[in-house]
Amino acid sequence: MLSFTLRRVALFVGGLFVTTIVVFVVLRVLPGDVAQVIGGIKATPEQIEQIRSEYGLDQPLVVQYVAWLGGLLRFDLGTSLITHTPIGAEIAEKLSVTLPLCVAGIAVALVIGVPLGVYGALRHRTTAGRVVAYVAQAAAAVPVLWTGLILILLLGRGVGAVSLLPTQGFPKDGWADPAAALASIALPALTIGIVEGAVVLRYMRSAVLNEMNLDYIRTAMSRGLTRTGAVLRHGVPNASISVLSVVGLQTASLVGGAVVIEELFALPGLGAKLVSDVGNRDLLSVQGIMVVLTGLVLAIGLVVDLAHRVIDPRQRRVEA
Amino acid sequence: MAAEWTAAELAEIDISPGRRASWRLPGWLVRTARRPHGVFGLVVVAAVLIAAAVSLVWTPHPLLAADSSHTWAPPSWTHPLGTDQIGRDTASWLLAGARTTVLVAAGATAIAALVGLALGTLTASLRPRFAEPLVVLVDILVAFPVLLIAMLLATPFGGSIGVVVVAVGIGYGVNLARVVRSEIVRVNASDYILAARAAGTGLLRRLWLHVLPNVVPVLVVQLSLTAGVAILAESGLTFLGYGAAPAEPSWGRVLADAQKYIGVAPLSVVWPGVAIGVTVLALNLLGDAVAEALDPRLRSQEARDGA
Repeated sequence: MLSFTLRRVALFVGGLFVTTIVVFVVLRVLPGDVAQVIGGIKATPEQIEQIRSEYGLDQPLVVQYVAWLGGLLRFDLGTSLITHTPIGAEIAEKLSVTLPLCVAGIAVALVIGVPLGVYGALRHRTTAGRVVAYVAQAAAAVPVLWTGLILILLLGRGVGAVSLLPTQGFPKDGWADPAAALASIALPALTIGIVEGAVVLRYMRSAVLNEMNLDYIRTAMSRGLTRTGAVLRHGVPNASISVLSVVGLQTASLVGGAVVIEELFALPGLGAKLVSDVGNRDLLSVQGIMVVLTGLVLAIGLVVDLAHRVIDPRQRRVEA
Repeated sequence: MAAEWTAAELAEIDISPGRRASWRLPGWLVRTARRPHGVFGLVVVAAVLIAAAVSLVWTPHPLLAADSSHTWAPPSWTHPLGTDQIGRDTASWLLAGARTTVLVAAGATAIAALVGLALGTLTASLRPRFAEPLVVLVDILVAFPVLLIAMLLATPFGGSIGVVVVAVGIGYGVNLARVVRSEIVRVNASDYILAARAAGTGLLRRLWLHVLPNVVPVLVVQLSLTAGVAILAESGLTFLGYGAAPAEPSWGRVLADAQKYIGVAPLSVVWPGVAIGVTVLALNLLGDAVAEALDPRLRSQEARDGA
């Protein structure tokens, strides 16, 4: 277990390191003059030269990279080239919208996906069970943007069939008024939850279907449990373990979905900031956000893998 | 008898089919075309291809024919799906959008196949000393969200359909590399590869004649999923402003334009979503059908379930 943990943590650290290199190199491939962007179209060549040296853009790439990496190690992401504000603080502020959104989205996904997946497996021969499976297939096939739009048309305040939830923006004073803040991330979280929930549902269903055919379910039934009882008591916990890794792998698509969703619902989150910074070519800020987001995905992968080990004794035996 | 075997001994037994695979029309393809969702998948994919081809020579209305007196026209005989904010025919735009969809799906799967096959074969065939770092690198790259790859590329290069294609191709190519690698390792462990080695067949010839034909079916399953992801990524990235250009017909473009006017013309949001959804669903079902046609275990399970 210890050697596994060490190796897994090393992979996490290595992953972060590779991420910093890839992000840095790709953003510098075509210099696309940042200094010109900062100076504006009216800047004279001298002014641009000055901006370049001021921000260290005239240094060799390796020097720039090492300086940036050194800052990262001290949790200093640098200062935005465009807005001149510290990037780290801004990312932290934006995360106060994005993290609750993602957590709520995952919660909705599990609440939808797990019970319906089990139901779909237990009733896989009935019409209802099949409808569940087909609906999940369809929900996983439409763009997340479209799911959001349909939800707005159904529940959005002002435009929806039922005028219920706000569709644009986030309270200016953030979480000071929790009810208002929650209301404004309700529809976005529901959107993410439905899209990711469909994936969870499909995996849960097929995992439970797999478990249902195993001998221990028959054994449990021979001791007097009903098929449903045996599956719920013994099959579902076993199936949940494999679904756990799926949830871990899904975080990458979750992050991508969150960017689109924040833009659609005009939420001032990290994804929306990334979109505008990419547009402004605010290289340092884009770098910082990319590393933070990828770091999040890598960290969740790490936690899921370690949890998997702790929960599932079969995994450990393979090691020994 | 079997009860006396240890788990290690059982693991040694090679139960994979020992026959030599060939490049002729394979049974799994035939079986795919015999299942209902396989047929659905093939028919929809064919329809999208035909729509894309037809739109090159004919659309119901010229794409740029803006009829400013008929903005947001409801569905009618002249405009079956209505018109958009400047009176252009939605049906024509969706038909022409199929071109971009085909381009994105084909381009992304081609790159993914290339990346996946190259990395997968390398990591499975190189000596462990050289292969290990590559395997770790692949494991790391898999965690990179496709959308972030696309935005990363869009920062220096600007957004375009090409960025979408490359981002999805690379992002899913590394996923594919893992699948290809494990499949090659599995095949390499079988007796007929040992026989081929004993007969003096070189590495490249072995890969081409014996290993790759076995990998192709698995590849097809993954590539049909990749094509679906590429189509979804196009709509997301175009909405964010990094995909199709404003006058470029694509389903993501139509959806992104309609989104801005959702309060005015809710129905216009529905059509592009349905086009994308049906196509992606067809690709996913096609992938499922191929997987089932390949895996005897799934086939028998399905026979029991009757699904």
